This record gives sequence, C-alpha cells and structure tokens, in this order.
Amino acid sequence: MKVHLGGEAEVKILDDVVVKKRVPKRYRIEKLDRELRFRRTKMEAKIISAARRAGVPTPIVLDVEGDTIVMERIYGTPVKNAMSEDISREVGRLTAKLHKANIIHGDITPMNLILSDGRIYFIDFGLAFFDNKVEPMGVDVHVYFESLKASFDDWEKLRDAFIEGYLEEGGKEEVIVRAREIEERGRYVERVNM
Amino acid sequence: MIALGIEGTAWSLSIGVVDEEDVIVLENDPYIPKEGGIHPREASQHHSERLPSLLSRVFEKVDKSSIDVVAFSQGPGMGPCLRVVATAARLLAVKLKKPLVGVNHCLAHVEVGRWKTEAKNPVSLYVSGGNSQVIARRGNRYRVFGETLDIGIGNALDKLARHMGLKHPGGPKIEELAKKGKDYYLLPYVVKGMDFSFSGMVTAAQRLYDSGVAREDVAFSFQETAFAMLTEVTERALAYLDLDEVLLVGGVAANKRLQEMLKIMCGDRGAKFYVPPRELAGDNGAMIAYTGLLMYKHGYQTPIEKSYVRPDFRIEDVEVNWD
Ligand SMILES: Nc1ncnc2c1ncn2[C@@H]1O[C@H](COP(=O)(O)OP(=O)(O)O)[C@@H](O)[C@H]1O
Ligand SMILES: [Mg+2]
Repeated sequence: MKVHLGGEAEVKILDDVVVKKRVPKRYRIEKLDRELRFRRTKMEAKIISAARRAGVPTPIVLDVEGDTIVMERIYGTPVKNAMSEDISREVGRLTAKLHKANIIHGDITPMNLILSDGRIYFIDFGLAFFDNKVEPMGVDVHVYFESLKASFDDWEKLRDAFIEGYLEEGGKEEVIVRAREIEERGRYVERVNM
Repeated sequence: MIALGIEGTAWSLSIGVVDEEDVIVLENDPYIPKEGGIHPREASQHHSERLPSLLSRVFEKVDKSSIDVVAFSQGPGMGPCLRVVATAARLLAVKLKKPLVGVNHCLAHVEVGRWKTEAKNPVSLYVSGGNSQVIARRGNRYRVFGETLDIGIGNALDKLARHMGLKHPGGPKIEELAKKGKDYYLLPYVVKGMDFSFSGMVTAAQRLYDSGVAREDVAFSFQETAFAMLTEVTERALAYLDLDEVLLVGGVAANKRLQEMLKIMCGDRGAKFYVPPRELAGDNGAMIAYTGLLMYKHGYQTPIEKSYVRPDFRIEDVEVNWD
C-alpha cells in the first residue's frame, strides 16, 4: 500500500480503492481545523459527482464519512510525468466542461490529473467550489498556468494548447482574459494604497 | 569585497554596507505616516529629505573609499520612492567611480535569508506590507508559486488595526492584542490553489469589530485565520516541490505566532524552519547590499542608462546564475 502525504490529506492507495483522509493540522486552531476538514471533505465528494455528471472523468465516490472519502482507484500516470500539448489541450476542454457546470476546481495542477487509458481524470477536488462568475474561473485557469510555469520549460506552448481546448469546448474568452489580468494584478504597485 | 546598498521601495529607508561575511553597517530612517496608511508622495519626500544625512551617518562608520559596489533596490515598489533611491545610487556610483547594481527587492529578501540562516534551497514565505508570496527556486529562476490575489498580509493587518483605532504600523499591535484573545470567530478562509486573498477577511473582521466583538478576539481570529492560510499554502508548496526547508522573510516575519505555526507545520512533516534576524527580515539596506555583491561577483552590473526604476519588477525576471 502506498501512502501519499500531500498538502492537506493523507491518501492511502489500496488495491482498488483510494482512501483520502484530511488529517488534523496542529498549527491551526482546532475550531478552524475541524471546520475546514469536514467542510472540504463534504464539498469534495459532492463536486466529484457533479463533475462526472458534467462529462469530466473523475473517480467514483464509494463512501464519505466525516473527514474521509473512499473512492475508486484510477490506474494511470500523473499528468506531471506525461505532459504534452495534446494533453494540455484536453485539460483545457475538460476545464471548460467544469466551468460550464459552474464548478471551480481550485487546484488544477499536473499532480491532480491522472492519465489513464487515454482519458484524463480530474482528482483532488479538495479546494473546489461552485460558482458561475468569471473571476473564480479566471483564478482557476491562472492556477493551472502558474503550475505549468513551475514545472515545464515549454509552458507557453502548453498554455496556448490549453486555451485552444478551452475555447473549443465553449469556455468563455473573458475567462482567459481574466486569467491574464489576475497575473498582472498580483503586483505591488496597484495594491499599496489599500 | 564591500558593497553598499540602498533600500527605499516603500516606507523603509535604509542603507547597509556588507562584505562577503557579514553586515558592517546598517542605518535606518523609516517613513512613518502621520495618519492613515502610506502616502506614496509623502514617503518619497521623506526619502529625498533624509537620504543625504543617512548616507553621511553611514560614512562616519565606514570609509567611502572602501566601497567596491553600489547597489539599490530597483523594484518592485512605489514609483516616487524608487526614483529617489535610484537617483541617489547613480550619483554615488558616479562619484565613487564604482559599478552600480540594480537589485530586485523580493530577491534580496530571499538571498539575505539564505545568507544569514542555514537554508539552502527553501520554500520562502515572503510576507510584508504590499507583498505576500510563496517563492522557490526552479533552475536558474526563482518562481512565485502562490501569492495574494489582492492585498499583502501586512497591509491587511494595518487596515484592520486602523479600523480598530490603532496607529500605524498596526501589525505589532494586532499581535499584542491577539495574545489576549480567547474566542475564535470564523472568518472567510480564501485559498485558491496556491493563491490566497485577504481583502474579504479584512471586511469581515471589521464587521465583527463593529458588531461589538472585543478587539482582542478580532485580532486573535484574524491572525489565526490569515496565518493558517499562509501556512497551508507554504505546506502545499513543500509537498508539490518535494522540498524540506522553509524560510520566512519580510516585515511580518517578526510575528511570533506566524513563526510558531510554520515551525509546527515544518516539524510535523520533517522540514526545517528558518527565519533571519529581525533587522534583516524586514526591509533593509543590507539585503540590497548583499544581493548586489552576489550579483556583481556573478557578472551583473547595471549601466546608468539601464538603471531606470521598475515598479513592477518580478522576481522571475532575474536570471540567477549563482548557487
Ligand atoms: N482516485 C485515485 N486514483 C488513483 N490515485 C489517486 C486517486 N486519488 C488520489 N490519488 C493519488 O494520490 C495523490 C494525492 O491525492 P490528492 O487527492 O491529490 O490529495 P492532496 O490533496 O493531498 O493533493 C494524487 O496525486 C494521486 O497520485
Ligand atoms: Mg493533489
């Protein structure tokens, strides 16, 4: 059995199921810690199912209890180790499907995408939420671009391929524009008087 | 080799002189707003009035002729302040007939931290008034993995403090009040991937205060929530990049509760936690001097005609060719 200790959860990869438990964090106050772990677990399970209904490959949720989700195990390779322009384009298409269903993933990074039998599975909806506004969609796309920048030298090509796929699937142009703006906005000079 | 560095991107005005080993002199003359937050023009006036006397104070302690390199913070920061600093640095370099090096302010925070702690390849959490970023090196660049989508944590603390009738700088006062807080109130906890946002939290905390909640509890709730967000994102970067060191830099690095939370997080995942001495964690001239020295030794120089200010200077823009 493999145990993956991620940013917030302990993920046990068993033979056919994956058990994801949000472990308590000692650094934060208990009331906040509990609130975050339970809220995120419930939300994650709900959104995994909604995403699947929107046509995005996700693992099937088998059980949810408190801070723990049991889900189907997806056999495959993390996209981090298999990235290409074609894959990034498909990530763009699938992200557009999520957004059309008002799902914001919140953490679209090559580590949270698994390539399996030619399909790209979105896992880790730990930070996901429902929203129909341009801003969070822009942030969603921005997060993906930042993660490309962080991991791949040819991130610009991968970004452009994503944009193609995103628009092709009916994602809004203004979301892409907003993603660029968010990158610009994260700057000192415009924030200093707040 | 000896370098002199001038810092003045925002409220801080500071000159440091360093050699490869240590800080030789560090002199400060910060701008403190009379009321409200920082006013860029007032700050730049302060800088231009005080720079000459600050420089003479430095040259009472070190011999002018011993300086080999003149470094200055070229950005990011407030345009008017940056211009004052750049002008002074150019004049000094010409007068001393020494090379000039324009330094990225964020890079300087990280490099001085690596210099004065044992951190080698850390995830850096850089928290100051205007900036809040999670930074790590990838190849020959530093990259920002996460950052605030609106205001910096320092400005958020100051804004809340002002609302509760506390004078600038509010950060330390919030820290003191928070120690006496008992009841925790939930506030909007906004982490989006590796990015985060504080403005909604400030508004909610202000409303809490207006509804009659004690200042101590507001301060406590605010710190617990905001610092948990920063710690969470730092941990995500550690996990994603598979690194095992955290370096805390910037003015807000002085906050003991933030230090404690990061220390606990690091302890629990077997990572090491570092924070430079207080006077080098916040904005200071020594970090500019040190980074200028480092860059000069690795072939960098900024010709006068390229020494224009860069208010939007990003840490990613600097190619890093040193270890
Ligand atoms: N359903 C699944 N099938 C196969 N592997 C999975 C599945 N869910 C998670 N994993 C693996 O575990 C890792 C961590 O899970 P994830 O849900 O992303 O948690 P975290 O929030 O800690 O990142 C993933 O990167 C992936 O490699
Ligand atoms: Mg994950």
